[in-house]
Amino acid sequence: MRGAGHAVCLGTDIDTDVIIAGRYLRTKDRSIWVAHVFEDLDPALAPRLSGAVIVAGKNFGCGSSREQAAIALKESGVIAVVAPSFARIFFRNAINIGLPLIEADPGCFDGTTVRFDLESGWVESGGKRSPVRPLSPRMLDILRAGGLVEYWKVKQ
Amino acid sequence: MSSLSERILGAVAGEYVDRKVDRAYVHDGTGVLTLEAWKRMGSRGLCDPSSLSVIFDHIVPANNSTTATLQHELREFATGSFLQFSDIGGGICHQCMSEGVVLPGEVVVGADSHSCTLGAFGAFATGVGATDMAAIWLTGETWFRVPESIGIHLDGTLNGAAEAKDVALSYVSRLGMDGGSYHALEFIGKGTRNLTMDERLVLCNLAVETGAKAGIFYADHVTTEYLARYGRSAGQQVQEPCEYVQELEIDLAGIEPLVAVPPRVDTVKPVHDLAGIPVDQVFVGTCTNGRYSDLARFARIVRGKKVAVRTIVVPASREVLAEAARTGVLADIISAGCTIGSPGCGPCLGAHMGVLGEGEVCLSTANRNFKNRMGIGGDIYLASVATAAATALEGEITEPGVP
Repeated sequence: MRGAGHAVCLGTDIDTDVIIAGRYLRTKDRSIWVAHVFEDLDPALAPRLSGAVIVAGKNFGCGSSREQAAIALKESGVIAVVAPSFARIFFRNAINIGLPLIEADPGCFDGTTVRFDLESGWVESGGKRSPVRPLSPRMLDILRAGGLVEYWKVKQ
Repeated sequence: MSSLSERILGAVAGEYVDRKVDRAYVHDGTGVLTLEAWKRMGSRGLCDPSSLSVIFDHIVPANNSTTATLQHELREFATGSFLQFSDIGGGICHQCMSEGVVLPGEVVVGADSHSCTLGAFGAFATGVGATDMAAIWLTGETWFRVPESIGIHLDGTLNGAAEAKDVALSYVSRLGMDGGSYHALEFIGKGTRNLTMDERLVLCNLAVETGAKAGIFYADHVTTEYLARYGRSAGQQVQEPCEYVQELEIDLAGIEPLVAVPPRVDTVKPVHDLAGIPVDQVFVGTCTNGRYSDLARFARIVRGKKVAVRTIVVPASREVLAEAARTGVLADIISAGCTIGSPGCGPCLGAHMGVLGEGEVCLSTANRNFKNRMGIGGDIYLASVATAAATALEGEITEPGVP
């Protein structure tokens, strides 16, 4: 699984409340989550997410189990999220909806191109290649299927 | 020699296992997306409806017609498919599951991050998201990476005004917001014997605030006596010597009342360092501190007095509310000028009643103080029930007196 996008740099401990606030959860309308993604962190971020690879600090996605956080990023056009570590529920949620997460610490250069290849195990940021912590075989299968719904459709 | 998590999951730390889930539950927030994902998987049956619960707690009663419609759809499905269903006012999912449902040794999965609360019973309990839960509805099982364990040694007895909440804030501050990531926090040591089930539930509740997958106590006589009151019998669990990847020592007698300063749960200071900060609202409740023992403690402090700021008290369940009504605790709280909410999560996640206005400050007994969580531009300080009561009476952050 390969991909590329422009870097959007974020800090450490980005919690799911600031990805999508509790006040927007009571709906199944995904366009509402896209409209309000990162609103409480920085309203200027949302227009930059289409085609982006988010490169963040440690513990990305901590806090609430709300899957709407992962959905909001994917529906906004985020290609992948790169961080040295992820909170575990967010990690499962993102892979389960087919949003690639890349455990690596490549440094971030806002707006420059980030490339990655999960099978070969590298991510490239600022022209420098960094190793990626491999996904478990099961998670890679789920991601390749496009998410856990598609994985189970094929499996049963 | 194994940790309790390894024993329950039946494999050593680092291994991936598929495990049957003994109890799985969703609430009105995550249940909507779970149902949607389950339908997209093909609506091909529910593995064991008797082990699946749907518990309405996040926005109860519904705040607008969109919420009401989503709840209606989930309610119809839950009752029509013979899932265990708790409608509005029944209580917070974790609390309902702690009232004689979860047993030691079980694998428990909730579609809510604070599902780790139920490790207090010696169960392996953890949170997942909606799509993972949909697969559990379908297959009755899920995969786990068996976590390494961090040993938290408790010694001594709580004294003065300190509560289990202060112990929890203490370990969160020492480990940090990701210091327990992917690990189980195993609470051990002589001090555990001196903790009630309610106190153990508080300690396990905040495990996820360190990133931990689970918090867990060994079931002992306190556990079995608590479950016996619900007519449930359970065995005790004997600790084996095991290797922890990290160990933390906490002397319960040395714990003082603490506050987590916005916007991080791991920025923790003694109450007296923050004394005098004016607050606009006090909130007592949630899956952390909305149990009967919490309401009784709060009532003892405010009885016969009047609160100085708006104070919202939300019982964690109908059982808690009924007990508070029966014993007079509720009357004391109402007479002190507090507002009572319907059992559930209340304003904790900022989705309905009790949210903050721009620039307002709340002292809350909840477990998260993230930016804007309870309302745009509002600040949240997290503290114990006694600190909340003392603060409510003064209208500013106040150190609780020794009871």
